[in-house]
Amino acid sequence: MLKFLKFIIAGLLFGIVMTKSEAISWFRIQEMFRFQSFHMYGIIFTAIAVGLIAVQLIKRLQLRDIGGNPIIFNPKDMSIPRYLIGGTVFGLGWAMTGACPGPMFVNFGYGYGMMLLIIFGALIGTLMYGVLRAKLPH
Amino acid sequence: MDYILAPWPWHVSGAIIGLIMILLLFFGKSFGFSANLRTMCSMAGAGKSVSFFNFDWKKQSWNLLFLVGAVIGGLIANTWLSDGSVVDISENTIRDLSSLGISAPTEIQPTEIFSWEFASSLKGILFLVFGGFLVGFGARYAGGCTSGHAISGLSDLQVPSLIAVVGFFIGGLLMTHIILPLIF
Repeated sequence: MLKFLKFIIAGLLFGIVMTKSEAISWFRIQEMFRFQSFHMYGIIFTAIAVGLIAVQLIKRLQLRDIGGNPIIFNPKDMSIPRYLIGGTVFGLGWAMTGACPGPMFVNFGYGYGMMLLIIFGALIGTLMYGVLRAKLPH
Repeated sequence: MDYILAPWPWHVSGAIIGLIMILLLFFGKSFGFSANLRTMCSMAGAGKSVSFFNFDWKKQSWNLLFLVGAVIGGLIANTWLSDGSVVDISENTIRDLSSLGISAPTEIQPTEIFSWEFASSLKGILFLVFGGFLVGFGARYAGGCTSGHAISGLSDLQVPSLIAVVGFFIGGLLMTHIILPLIF
């Protein structure tokens, strides 16, 4: 049971912190892309700072996960067009909907039923990427 | 309790998000939310005709559980952990948005976009579905979203993630400053 429950609890914490930090708000994303507040940058930079220290410690001390397996970080394949074009398309949608994939679902739980339209679009977008993948520059 | 019910400051929130990433590492997993969208396509049977979705999606079930938790988390935060505070965005943002016809916050989302009135109009449906399309397409093309690239990737000093985040901002700035004013 704990095998499943721990992921639900981690997700629960994620949903709560994303809501309470207002990172799920379209307003906050607009404020970020207009450089009119430090709020979103503060959240992202703090998360990276905490993550950076942890990743360094895990690597240097060769820490293992709770299953006793080494924690491995897989370097991503290098490419410029893939990340730059893909990232730009993502950014267009992020500023439009104010929601990246996590917040779409958190907002749905919050009570915004029309998020299902955004989620539907995101699934179609994912599907279209899969269909067009071989034709896109990577 | 007041501290929990009021909006959380960025440093507390950012630290908790970092801790969630660390927690998942110790669970033997890697934080990346948009992978769930691919998993859902695969579950719906897209793997039969598109090889990109032909993988053992059951290995991603942990991430779907995380997603279920995230939905419940949004519900809990709104129902029991809220003091009804209005999103306290900057005066400059309120002024800029009002010129687009978006009024100051009265709830966490703008009512001009996240209301059934807009979401049931043709413009609203196209806006929301196409916006979601860009997020889904872009996240998979770039191999990750904010959690996978900006948080997990940058924590591991991955150059590809930095390029992706630069892309996030190119797209976000284009949409915010050039395209949105044409739509609203």
